[in-house]
Amino acid sequence: MAANVHIPVKGGVKPASRSSSLGYAALALGWLVPGVGHVLAKRPVRGLLLFLSIASMFVLGVAMQGKLYSPNVGEILNILGFIGDLGAGLFYVVAHALDFGHNPVQVASADYGTKFAVVAGLLNYIAAIDAHNIAIGRKP
Amino acid sequence: MTFAPSHFAAVLLFALFASVVFGITQRSTPKAMVKYGLYCFAMFVVAVIGSGWLMWLVRR
Repeated sequence: MAANVHIPVKGGVKPASRSSSLGYAALALGWLVPGVGHVLAKRPVRGLLLFLSIASMFVLGVAMQGKLYSPNVGEILNILGFIGDLGAGLFYVVAHALDFGHNPVQVASADYGTKFAVVAGLLNYIAAIDAHNIAIGRKP
Repeated sequence: MTFAPSHFAAVLLFALFASVVFGITQRSTPKAMVKYGLYCFAMFVVAVIGSGWLMWLVRR
């Protein structure tokens, strides 16, 4: 009898109603291309805004001649910088392949550019996890 | 392709992009997202201007 008891979930979203594979696809694709996870989770406007924000931030960071961190096992700050940059997904891969961000420039805006690129990656991690939460029904 | 904004323009751009992402990811309804995004943007800008004045006072 107890199995028939229906417990309403706040917001009307059933956590188990969406497949977990969609959730992981939203997480992975959302990391690769900012905003795609939200499009996959049927939130296209949010996805577009996230793409515009994160892509603009990363591209402007590179345009400011910011440094892009390479994979390394040296100083902890360099490792963390690489982890941050990597969050931008394909943007980082393409920029790295095109050899952007490897010539150190000693101007203030280049230092800002380095931070823009790292923060764009970190924001994309947050966005990808948000897409995952929407896809599995944890967030409306 | 180079872009060299002023310090304040860089701050405004940073605040704008970060606020959009924070607003969308940290709230559930569109109205709450806009409110929180504007709040974050205002806090970024106020913190920067406040820090600027603080540094001006420290220099004196």
